[in-house]
Amino acid sequence: MSGSGSGPAGSNGSRSRLRRARLASGLIPFLGLVLLWMLLWGQFTWLAFATGLVLAFIVSVVFYLPAVRLSGRFNGGRALLFLGRLIADVVVASVQIAWSALNPGYRPSNAILTVQLATRSDLLMTFTAVAVGLVPGSIVLDIDRDAGILHLHALNVASAADVPALKRSVSAAERRLILAMGSADDLARLAKSASMSEGRAG
Amino acid sequence: MTGDGVRDVITAVLVLLSAFLCFAAGVGLIRFTDVLSRLHAATKPQILGLMAIVADVAVSNPSVSTITLAFAIVFFQSLTAPMAAHMVGRAAYRTGHFRSDILVADDLGPFIPPHGGKS
Amino acid sequence: MIVVIVTAAVLFGAGAIAALWRIIRGPSALDRIIASDVLIATAMCALGAEMAINRHTDTLPVLLGLALFTVVGSVSVARFISTRDDT
Repeated sequence: MSGSGSGPAGSNGSRSRLRRARLASGLIPFLGLVLLWMLLWGQFTWLAFATGLVLAFIVSVVFYLPAVRLSGRFNGGRALLFLGRLIADVVVASVQIAWSALNPGYRPSNAILTVQLATRSDLLMTFTAVAVGLVPGSIVLDIDRDAGILHLHALNVASAADVPALKRSVSAAERRLILAMGSADDLARLAKSASMSEGRAG
Repeated sequence: MTGDGVRDVITAVLVLLSAFLCFAAGVGLIRFTDVLSRLHAATKPQILGLMAIVADVAVSNPSVSTITLAFAIVFFQSLTAPMAAHMVGRAAYRTGHFRSDILVADDLGPFIPPHGGKS
Repeated sequence: MIVVIVTAAVLFGAGAIAALWRIIRGPSALDRIIASDVLIATAMCALGAEMAINRHTDTLPVLLGLALFTVVGSVSVARFISTRDDT
């Protein structure tokens, strides 16, 4: 499950940086498991911490999964912004769909659309897909991992003219996510695609 | 409603919100015309309804263990619900369980034929 | 408060019956999975509502278990359906 962007480590400095990144990529999910165990027990004691460590070790050895590639960048404020916007989206979309279910004059009109993502990271692609799937009214049908394309099904799309706005809202969610925890590479690609779309509009 | 009236009001509002969303999902399940539309109706009570009800439980007995467990429930539900929806949606699309006459746009058509392709 | 309880019970009940109707009628297996997901979500919300109204947390672990494991059923059935029709 090696990502597309990983070349052979050339110089010595990049190799040690790679090792540090790999250590962080292993450690953060491990600590996440321990935190989860303490959450489940609802107590933050040394006993819960110790049993959590033992269990997290057993889980990560027995159920071995390929390492997640973290970007090593995390912006807390941006992440809060992303979460807040996600919850707002969920509330608004839930009310809209509840209304269309109860509205006597409801006429079905849906759309299947594809969105080109800016990121090439598996993790961010997954997070974007989960965020899109959480908002009622849009469901991820398929993901093309190599090309970074998300296929969505959307409810209540009045006409084909509304499709670009929907695509923009998905790209905006991805943008917030990249600003929160994307790699420098993704940020650069984001800036490039933003300037390109501005040039097309202007 | 005596004593802690504010908490009673919050409880009532959140319970009613969740009940309303469950009801709307049920109605949507009956009224919507194809599998993919019904899938949209199903995600509402799973996410917003559960968030409301779990927040409600946390408000009505606020303690560390309740709040952490509430966070864990919302976290897992919001992680697993999109996954289930995606798997069902993909199966529905690939087996052709949807009405293409109510689609205003279909970008996926040229990428994957509904009946072909490996998972 | 009694008005709230009765209203919520009616709404939860109607939602559950609608889901049940879709499970019985559902033309395809996928409809039935979706409807059973809604039924479970309704049951979870009703359990939570009972906890919030009666001010206890006894069934909170049940909600956690359901949140964790309902996904297994729908994913396995969906996978079974998409592989069977592929051949």
